[in-house]
Amino acid sequence: MDLTLQVWRQDGPTTSGRFETYAAPGISEDMSFLEMLDVVNERLAADGKEPITFDHDCREGICGTCSLMINGKAHGPERGTATCQLHMRKFNDGDTIVIEPWRATAFPIIKDLMVDRSAFDRIVEAGGYITVAAGSAPDANLIPVPKPVADAAMDAAACIGCGACVAACPNSAAQLFTSAKVAHLNLLPQGQSERYARTEAMVDTMEQYFGSCTNHGECQEACPKEIPIDFIATMNKDYLRAKLKNRRYLSRTP
Amino acid sequence: MPPITFDSKIPEGSIQEKWDNHKFSIKLVNPNNKRRFDIIVVGTGLAGASAAATLGGLGYNVKVFTFHDSPRRAHSIAAQGGINAAKNYHGDGDSIYRLFYDTVKGGDYRSREANVYRLAQVSNNIIDQCTAQGVPFAREYGGLLDNRSFGGAQVSRTFYARGQTGQQLLLGAYQALAEQIHAGSCTLYNRTELLDIVVVDDRAAGIVVRDLLTGEVASHSAHAVVLATGGYSNVFFLSTNAMACNVTAAWRAHRRGALFANPCYTQIHPTCIPSSDEFQSKLTLMSESLRNDGRIWVPSTAHDDRSPDAIPEGERDYFLERKYPSFGNLVPRDVASRNAKGMIDEEKGVGPLHNGVYLDFAASIERLGEQTVRERYGNLFDMYERITGENPYQVPMRIYPAPHYTMGGLWVDYNLETSIPGLYAIGEANFSDHGANRLGASALMQGLADGYFVLPYTIGDGLAPRLGEKLVDTGHEAFRAAEARVQERYRGYLEVKGTRTVDHFHRELGKIMWDYCGMERTRSGLEKAISEIPALYDEFRKDLRVLGGDTSLNQSLERAGRLDDFFQLGLLMCEDALQREESCGGHFRAEHQTPDGEAQRNDDDFAFVGAWEHTGEMQAGTLHKEPLVFDNVHLAQRNYA
Ligand SMILES: Cc1cc2nc3c(=O)[nH]c(=O)nc-3n(C[C@H](O)[C@H](O)[C@H](O)COP(=O)(O)OP(=O)(O)OC[C@H]3O[C@@H](n4cnc5c(N)ncnc54)[C@H](O)[C@@H]3O)c2cc1C
Ligand code: FES
Repeated sequence: MDLTLQVWRQDGPTTSGRFETYAAPGISEDMSFLEMLDVVNERLAADGKEPITFDHDCREGICGTCSLMINGKAHGPERGTATCQLHMRKFNDGDTIVIEPWRATAFPIIKDLMVDRSAFDRIVEAGGYITVAAGSAPDANLIPVPKPVADAAMDAAACIGCGACVAACPNSAAQLFTSAKVAHLNLLPQGQSERYARTEAMVDTMEQYFGSCTNHGECQEACPKEIPIDFIATMNKDYLRAKLKNRRYLSRTP
Repeated sequence: MPPITFDSKIPEGSIQEKWDNHKFSIKLVNPNNKRRFDIIVVGTGLAGASAAATLGGLGYNVKVFTFHDSPRRAHSIAAQGGINAAKNYHGDGDSIYRLFYDTVKGGDYRSREANVYRLAQVSNNIIDQCTAQGVPFAREYGGLLDNRSFGGAQVSRTFYARGQTGQQLLLGAYQALAEQIHAGSCTLYNRTELLDIVVVDDRAAGIVVRDLLTGEVASHSAHAVVLATGGYSNVFFLSTNAMACNVTAAWRAHRRGALFANPCYTQIHPTCIPSSDEFQSKLTLMSESLRNDGRIWVPSTAHDDRSPDAIPEGERDYFLERKYPSFGNLVPRDVASRNAKGMIDEEKGVGPLHNGVYLDFAASIERLGEQTVRERYGNLFDMYERITGENPYQVPMRIYPAPHYTMGGLWVDYNLETSIPGLYAIGEANFSDHGANRLGASALMQGLADGYFVLPYTIGDGLAPRLGEKLVDTGHEAFRAAEARVQERYRGYLEVKGTRTVDHFHRELGKIMWDYCGMERTRSGLEKAISEIPALYDEFRKDLRVLGGDTSLNQSLERAGRLDDFFQLGLLMCEDALQREESCGGHFRAEHQTPDGEAQRNDDDFAFVGAWEHTGEMQAGTLHKEPLVFDNVHLAQRNYA
């Protein structure tokens, strides 16, 4: 197929960017979207032009590194699919495809299509863990976890940290990402001791970097792992409780 | 260069007592003194993140480096199947001894007994640790942990978290690391690539790194340096590894005096999606579990281009079932891979490029119903369809083997210390535990064993006597010289101004490696590769084209440096494959096979670890042999007929 690409090019974090148009003829529909960009880059290099910078690594939809706005949609047109798993057969011969980086204040552009998502790491560092020194853990079967609980925790833990939720949100809010991490740990019995301290610290850190959630739900639509926005409600409840809960009574069931 | 010694430091005592004896006899660093030691950890995969978090938690000052934007992106994230442990939660006869035995046997008797036994011992601690961290392992209805049998194991010892076990284990380790970063005991340097190791007075003094965003080259010194930088399957260009996986850190250490062990031991995974065109950038693994219900076949006659449903039963060759009636489609990875290659060599390959064999679920769908098959493999079938555009419920999948894991790596002793004192290697980057072939679900186990439960003890033995020792200043001439070499090297790639891109050369190198040092190796093929690689390398030095500069982000420039080291490693792999005149595990020399075409070991002459010393640019180097002694496991020929 023959395509036309409009690609955001920006030399560095402080320079201004622009769209450049590239013809991309002879693209096979079996290629992945990133392989299509590889081909375009090889051709650019042959013409003596600097290749397009974009972030990627596993190309299996699991590392969360790839991050492209394709025709205005985070990760492109296919639901539940990260950019690297999107294939060219989802496009038509003659299409013009607009490719941009994630756009959010908390994700400054590094170069071309690559952004800095380290604000996500700051949120996790604030409390997204269960404290357990190596070697101090009890036998793994000592605390049974009901299957529905483990499954729900896994649904939340499936987040790949790509940032599509932020990119898709009109407010650049990070509620879906943060709530997925909070829910993963807060649902499990192992996560109870630090539950409220964790929620408070993570939400407060999130608010330092990201916008506020006004329930648009775009995040859920864009999520390549289809993480549901229900987790945001869970997080909000725990955040509220964190303000009220007397932590001396943590081990009492309410 | 430090003198080469072969003290593998295997402790005294029976196999069961060695690790306990060792833990008791090694020197300890007093808790209050730990903060007086600086440790550098390079890599944040399972091995690096777990080590850094644990060392930070113990009180050491840790600096952590990764070229990724976040520790969570390391290649470990992609592991699907699971992690082994000898918990015997299902009462099906598993034990530490059995896991040990299976691992030594699976490695085709080319690993160290003492290391493998320790691995089996700590496997259970890993599951406890990860569960406590909140890793959402699969559970049964009673709330206890579920297990599955994996890769032909006779017991159910594999713990898993859906098809995302690596992701969940890495998130656990990453979160533990994040906690230490927050606490200030670990400092993270992301998007920063290690490009040299600095050795002063025969000890590792520190590292030289390049900031990928600014191109700035800087040095860091420490009392100990730990490499957790993963494997080198990408020497083949196409592999199941993430795009950025590379050998540079290990290779730079090798050039500074660290021995590189068993480079020719590579694992080819039988069930990957074949490439669809010449632009293919990587290969996707389909879980091995598919072989439990899929039947592998090719048309009986060569060049049969009919669609699979038009080929009647009588004209199909279910070659694994035919050749291995008792194991059938479940023969080990290396056997399945080699047989698929045999079919393609006989020009019976299927698909548009004739580069695959069928994995057919029609019989299972008929027997079990589509619903059951969907429950078992739905996500894999969806992934297959997303990539190929074909519906595997209706048409057989096409699969082909692909490079997947590298058992070789930096030589380490029982303390996981390389032959450069003060330099350690953990995870896939070392050679330690898998011999000539790794069992499914054992890489995750080894990475976490090294990081959580082995290195944090053994590193103290090296550090304790050095209390109060000053770090080598990064202004030291050795650091300065190393920095200058790095700058020169990277500027050099830009200055070639040739006509071919990095990917062009990488593809060419990959082709040589795959053809001559892949699934099946021969003397003549290896000799050919050994003459072709240096020629291609020359061309690379003369005709490379890297655009852009070296003072801002430049992905082609990063790749050029990595490819440079792959050339040199590729040559060493071929030399190692050539010297090993036997077949064992993933190393199959066509000259050495049993009458039924199985790997024929030669225990009298080759029961050793082949550890190479670097002697110069594009040279094989000198081979040192660490004899392998088997006191517990009886050596036997594998037989799957
Ligand atoms: C598709 C796939 C599926 C798999 N499934 C399983 C499975 O089910 N079970 C199992 O046991 N094993 C599995 N494996 C194998 C297993 O995933 C790996 O062996 C293991 O995760 C390696 O972990 P590691 O910590 O050693 O290295 P990695 O996870 O590769 O981490 C390497 C780290 O080093 C850093 N690094 C490397 N070089 C440098 C440098 N020069 N400078 C700075 N940083 C550097 C990287 O940034 C990264 O953080 C699978 C492998 C693949 C490819
Ligand atoms: S490249 Fe890893 S998720 Fe896309």
